[in-house]
Amino acid sequence: MFMFISKRFLQLIPVFLGATLLVYFLVFATPGDPIAALSGGKPMAPAVEEALRAQYNLDQPFWIQYGLYLKSLVTFDLGQTFSGQEVSDVLGRAFPVTARLAIMALAFEAVFGVIFGVIAGMRKGKLFDSTVLVASLIVIAVPTFVLGFVLQFFVGVKLDWAKPTVGVGAPWGDLILPAAVLGLVSLAYVIRLTRTSIIENKNADYVRTATAKGLSRRRVVSVHILRNSLIPVVTFLGADLGSLMGGAIVTEGIFNVPGVGNLLFKAIKAGETPTVVAVVGVLVLIFVLANLVVDLLYAWLDPRIRYV
Amino acid sequence: MRFNRASKALVLSAALALTLSACGGGDGGAGASSGGDATKAISANTTEPESGLLPADTNEVGGGRIMDLIFTGLVSYGADGKPVNELAESIETKDAQNYTIKIKAGQKFSNGDPVTAKSFVDAWNFGAAAKNAQKNSYFFESIKGYDKVSAKGATVETMEGLKVVDDTTFTVELSRKESDFPLRLGYTAFFPLPAAAFADPKAFGQNPAGNGPYKLAENGWQHNVQIQLVPNPDYSGPRKPANGGVDFKIYANTEAAYQDLLGNNLDVLDQIPPSSLKNFADELKGRSLNQPYAGNATLTISDYLPQFAGEAGKLRRQAISMSIDRQQIIDKIFFGNKKIATDFTSPVIDGFSDAIPGHEVLTFDAEKAKELWKQADALQAWDNSKPFTIAYNVDGAGNKEYVDAAVNQIKNTLGIAAEPKAYATFKELRAAVNNKEMTGAHRTGWQADYPSLYNFLGPLYGTGAGSNDGNYSSKEFDAKLAEGLSATSVEEGNKIFNASQEILFKDLPVIPLWYQAAQGGWSENVDNVKFAWNGVPMYYSITAK
Repeated sequence: MFMFISKRFLQLIPVFLGATLLVYFLVFATPGDPIAALSGGKPMAPAVEEALRAQYNLDQPFWIQYGLYLKSLVTFDLGQTFSGQEVSDVLGRAFPVTARLAIMALAFEAVFGVIFGVIAGMRKGKLFDSTVLVASLIVIAVPTFVLGFVLQFFVGVKLDWAKPTVGVGAPWGDLILPAAVLGLVSLAYVIRLTRTSIIENKNADYVRTATAKGLSRRRVVSVHILRNSLIPVVTFLGADLGSLMGGAIVTEGIFNVPGVGNLLFKAIKAGETPTVVAVVGVLVLIFVLANLVVDLLYAWLDPRIRYV
Repeated sequence: MRFNRASKALVLSAALALTLSACGGGDGGAGASSGGDATKAISANTTEPESGLLPADTNEVGGGRIMDLIFTGLVSYGADGKPVNELAESIETKDAQNYTIKIKAGQKFSNGDPVTAKSFVDAWNFGAAAKNAQKNSYFFESIKGYDKVSAKGATVETMEGLKVVDDTTFTVELSRKESDFPLRLGYTAFFPLPAAAFADPKAFGQNPAGNGPYKLAENGWQHNVQIQLVPNPDYSGPRKPANGGVDFKIYANTEAAYQDLLGNNLDVLDQIPPSSLKNFADELKGRSLNQPYAGNATLTISDYLPQFAGEAGKLRRQAISMSIDRQQIIDKIFFGNKKIATDFTSPVIDGFSDAIPGHEVLTFDAEKAKELWKQADALQAWDNSKPFTIAYNVDGAGNKEYVDAAVNQIKNTLGIAAEPKAYATFKELRAAVNNKEMTGAHRTGWQADYPSLYNFLGPLYGTGAGSNDGNYSSKEFDAKLAEGLSATSVEEGNKIFNASQEILFKDLPVIPLWYQAAQGGWSENVDNVKFAWNGVPMYYSITAK
């Protein structure tokens, strides 16, 4: 177990280096001149322009830029944004907000997804099952921004049940609506995954044995069927945590959440390489760690799986 | 105004959003007397400032509107754009080149430091010096000695044209006559700074101590979330706050802000998202406005294109101008929220005229356009295998729609091959323009930094000027500009500047399209919302209910 985990942590190093190199190059290769955009089409004194280029190493060739970036990274200096703030500060403000949003969305889709999925799977072909299937199909088909705008307008503006956008400090209450929108599409997938998996397992031999030995239906469903059906669901949820964190751009835009998505979008548009690389770097770490947790959960869910 | 935040919605496109206009300005505290709860704060939209809050480094609206409220300069601009004395007691000159500026005594910054003549001189020298890399440094270029402090690796840090006489008096010597210099002094770049700013500019920019009608609340700037301003008790100028403070909420996009406005969760919104431009007046039921501000939209045709050189090029530019039906585009695409251009400046500027000889070239006339094109063909054949393009940046709202429309009109009227050319981002378009990669026209626009006709002409069409995208150069025009600048009164200068536009109408260095207008709205919780000459709300006069 220890060996397994340390090996996975060692793997992080090349993955992280590769990802930063790739992202650094991609931002470098996007056309356009960040300094020209900074001046907004107005003139800039040549000496000022040169000083700004030098400050952000934009006057250097790619490999030197990347090398300088790595060099400062070793000393935990993530660089500066064009507005002169430390990237580490900017990340420190944005990540907690997005993390809360993503965890709420994940909890939402995990709890409701599994409950609905189990009920639908156990009552295959009944009214509840069909209703959930059709509803989830609709949710998958409708783009997130449509769901977001519609819910924002009705719940936030017309009914006034929640604020249309997230307020200062991003309180938990304000995040409910955005989290629901963010988790909705994945919710549909979780329902469908759980349902299919339950249907497969409910006729398995060990379920029949459990029922035959007189266990309560509740215990049969929750321990024997559900636990064995959760492996694909957990795999999906683990991978989803990363995409929820990195893929909240649309939701964050609609509800004005000051999180990673908005930050990344702005930084890409401005060509602010240190910010983009740092955000993506952290997202890569989250993906890798989430996958590690998923692997460990396999062992807990299925005693046949062991790590040495 | 600058770009990122780019764009009074449609109105300011990305380019504009990045540039900052001098803002704010008071008309004698108009709102102060009209009731309302003077202790209640109002909320307004903004974008995250793109630099620390330093006068000479703030060149976009997000930071500019904050700077205008927490600092005050020698003058501020009223709603009509006319300068009103703030700190200035008097600004005097006999020759439009040597100015003597007296400031009011007894003023102080919110950290307790007094505002003296030195606060101005030091701040301007700091802004101009190359080593401080301040983005607005070129604003000081008319001051004598700027060339020495702004040169690469300069060690000189003070401009010889600035001299402190005593605590309340300083003199400015310009390197040439400029009659509109006093008009500029309300712009952000010319604000004074306390000594603390020079000791640690970076820290000061995060938590500035100013001398304006408002000051930053404690921990008032929460990055990407909000900027809280509270009234500054030490301020005694004409822009007295009529409310208990302004909470600027930072929005990543206007759609979210508009929803907040509809839900009364935001009090003042200074731009309407493109998707709501058609209906906002109905949806807000009398709580909206739509007024021109000091900005315009133009098309620039690059000078290095052989087919647009010389006499034939002049005729072709005129033909293209006359083949665009501006009113149709305004009505169909902008729902009437713009005003057709009749000159190179803006109708909100003092001295504006809509009857400058030659302005007919901006009127849609298909027959005349075809005829001019034919005349140009007679001088030089047109190569129709290379389409005429209009380049634009997709990240500026509404750009695609109007460029597509203009391209179609040109194509249909002149019968030439034409197509739009999209650039994903503003920075990409600017880089392509700077690298001379244009194959036709590209969209341009100007938002005035300070309310003056010259600001719409000199920086854009003067030979070698900083924002002269088309590299236009005319000796005759330059001479007129210089003549206007050496006039001893603003009125006389304006007459000469308008005469200089007659030359521009003949040469058409750019094709003016329309004047920008600001659309905004307010919630049921506030009253007395007015927008200034530059399209920025006059926050200090807004009252809370």
